[in-house]
Amino acid sequence: MKESDLLFLEDSFKKYYFNHFDLIKVPERTSEREFGYQKFNSGMTRHISIKDDKELHLILMQNIPSDVYCSNAYYTFPSLQMNEKDWKEADLIFDIDAKDLNLPCREGHTVSICNECNEVSKTLTQCSKCNSSKLEKKSVPCKNCIDASKIEVEKLSQVLIDDFAITKENIQVYFSGNEGFHVYVYNSQFQEIGSRERSELTDYISLRGAIPETFGMRKLKQDRAALPDFDEKGWRGRFSKQVFGSKSKRSKIITELLSNGYSSFQKTLDDVSENIGVKIDPNVTMDIHRIFRLPGSINSKSGLTKIQCDDLAKFDPYTEASFLSDDTVEVIANCPIEFKLKNKKFGPYLNEKTTLPTFAAVYMICKKLARIA
Amino acid sequence: MLELGTDELAKYPFLEGAGKFLKEKGFPLSQFGTDPDLKSVVDKAYHRLKVSTKGGVYKSEIVDGEASDTAREKEIFSFLLAIVLIKLSGMHTLVKRFALAEARRAENHLEKDLGKASDKSKIDLAIRIIYDLFHIEVTKEDEFFKIPVSDYLKHSIDFHEREWKLVNRYVENGKVLLTPDKTVRLIRKELGTYITSKITNAPTPPMIPGLENIVNELTSIGKALTPSYTITTGEYPPCIKHAIEILEKGENLPHSGRFMLATFLLSKGQTVQQIAPLFKNAPDYNPRVTLYQLNHLAGTSGSGTQYSCPSCEKLKTQSLCFPIPACDNIINPLQFGRKKK
Repeated sequence: MKESDLLFLEDSFKKYYFNHFDLIKVPERTSEREFGYQKFNSGMTRHISIKDDKELHLILMQNIPSDVYCSNAYYTFPSLQMNEKDWKEADLIFDIDAKDLNLPCREGHTVSICNECNEVSKTLTQCSKCNSSKLEKKSVPCKNCIDASKIEVEKLSQVLIDDFAITKENIQVYFSGNEGFHVYVYNSQFQEIGSRERSELTDYISLRGAIPETFGMRKLKQDRAALPDFDEKGWRGRFSKQVFGSKSKRSKIITELLSNGYSSFQKTLDDVSENIGVKIDPNVTMDIHRIFRLPGSINSKSGLTKIQCDDLAKFDPYTEASFLSDDTVEVIANCPIEFKLKNKKFGPYLNEKTTLPTFAAVYMICKKLARIA
Repeated sequence: MLELGTDELAKYPFLEGAGKFLKEKGFPLSQFGTDPDLKSVVDKAYHRLKVSTKGGVYKSEIVDGEASDTAREKEIFSFLLAIVLIKLSGMHTLVKRFALAEARRAENHLEKDLGKASDKSKIDLAIRIIYDLFHIEVTKEDEFFKIPVSDYLKHSIDFHEREWKLVNRYVENGKVLLTPDKTVRLIRKELGTYITSKITNAPTPPMIPGLENIVNELTSIGKALTPSYTITTGEYPPCIKHAIEILEKGENLPHSGRFMLATFLLSKGQTVQQIAPLFKNAPDYNPRVTLYQLNHLAGTSGSGTQYSCPSCEKLKTQSLCFPIPACDNIINPLQFGRKKK
């Protein structure tokens, strides 16, 4: 990134932090958390201990970080090296990202930047100019992606509430600041479980590793009565609703499933889990030493803020999570796809000089789709 | 603390109450070496131990609720005396085997007690034992036992069979629903560890006159169980070394670890006969079963398929991988050392 771009981003982030202390609060049990941050074009500084909002705000103003993080874990000595921190427990966290959902819309709103010649184009396999296959992909706002991610958040909440008896008040949903959601679970029975146990939990939530026997299908001695009923709890119930569709079809479909045999059932099960399993990133949930983007901070992949979604259904990140100013700036923009931010249309830009409001300029510079003119 | 009767103590003699019981009965240990009336208890203790060294589980002749108090007392004494004998023999290999056998025995009783739909007090006792020893809160509902998901995960995490994955369990309202046998299976390992620690922490009394011969016999049984083979571990990757170490210590290597070790050595050109003695020290060693399984893996019996050594990735998820810098860039333990320049 060019010096002028860095300065512009730093200046915009600084203004945001200065004007929005109200949005950036330290989480509860502050002194037991590890904080960390990254500065533009620089490595990670972590193992920081902070006592209150004021101290956090001071760090933000002094360092103007591109990204700010805080542990979901609680430690006795958060500022010591990892093996000396004395891990106590960790909130359960989930990451749902639109790019992991295999959505058909992705191709339409993703552009590629060639690592060899910097050509920006809509072709995603190889550079249209130099044929290089080293392409960096950047996705621009898409409502469909957000809606699909919301559905996963809803599915996740349902499993957490129904199967794991988590109360609604202990589930908090945040927009990640780019194109997904972060879900936090507080005060659950899972606070103290380790990484491998959390990995098992993610397999459950994603319906990964399920065997036909769990759904009543056996290799030998088949038994109709063992197959799940419509109103059963847990995955058996959800499986029924997905596979049988309605109570009246249950009997006929069971006959089919039984006659198709065991391995065909496993295939059905795999297809079903692709549909009804919750698509969460297992690596995030199983990492009990992670520092996770701090709510209220800006995501430097987009310039959007990670904020809590009180009404998920109505939430629109492209208007509600964009807090940067409308002051204009002149940029050279190179983005062959049109997109919307704060209800305004931008692009397509074909390597051209244009004047943009700061929030859009930051968004595009963060995505490497523009530079200060 | 649980208030236990002789019926319960006979079934679960490793509980705190048993030692107290012995004290209350007022037998000094020395009496077991000389009193002809107590000879049958000594024989029973010896038998109980000997069965365990052969990988078996001692079957008591008392049938639930139908034994006389004397028979039950004898049962409890024989357990306590067996521990004394192990301590006197000084053989660590006997501890592991005895603890494993006693854990299996207790497991059978717990399973039976939990499954007694008609006898609430038996169920309550089993539930309380599980809570007191392992801090798992079990509740009963209809024919199922419910335990918190987090407890289930903590105890099942080392089980490799797919049916133990949480996704293959009934889960509702934060609880996992289990049948009595699965509930007990969940704590098998801890039960063994608990009994082992009881024995390890028990004080070693001075030699009891009259029991010298029995103790000497046990010492030689213990020695015979300690493997006499030597294996050059120099060129083996750390996962294989680790597995061999576990076996050498007489500890339980999980099935996945035995599979890894056997397939690795077979691929390195060792024969079934060369490999079999490695497993001699496993707590549940059975020569016939070991040979059968090795032949199966080698492809000399069964389907004829020769099984290959699992990948590093697979071993990682099975917690069998202990990588060192020399493991860089290999994807299977068999490649270890090959790529060295």
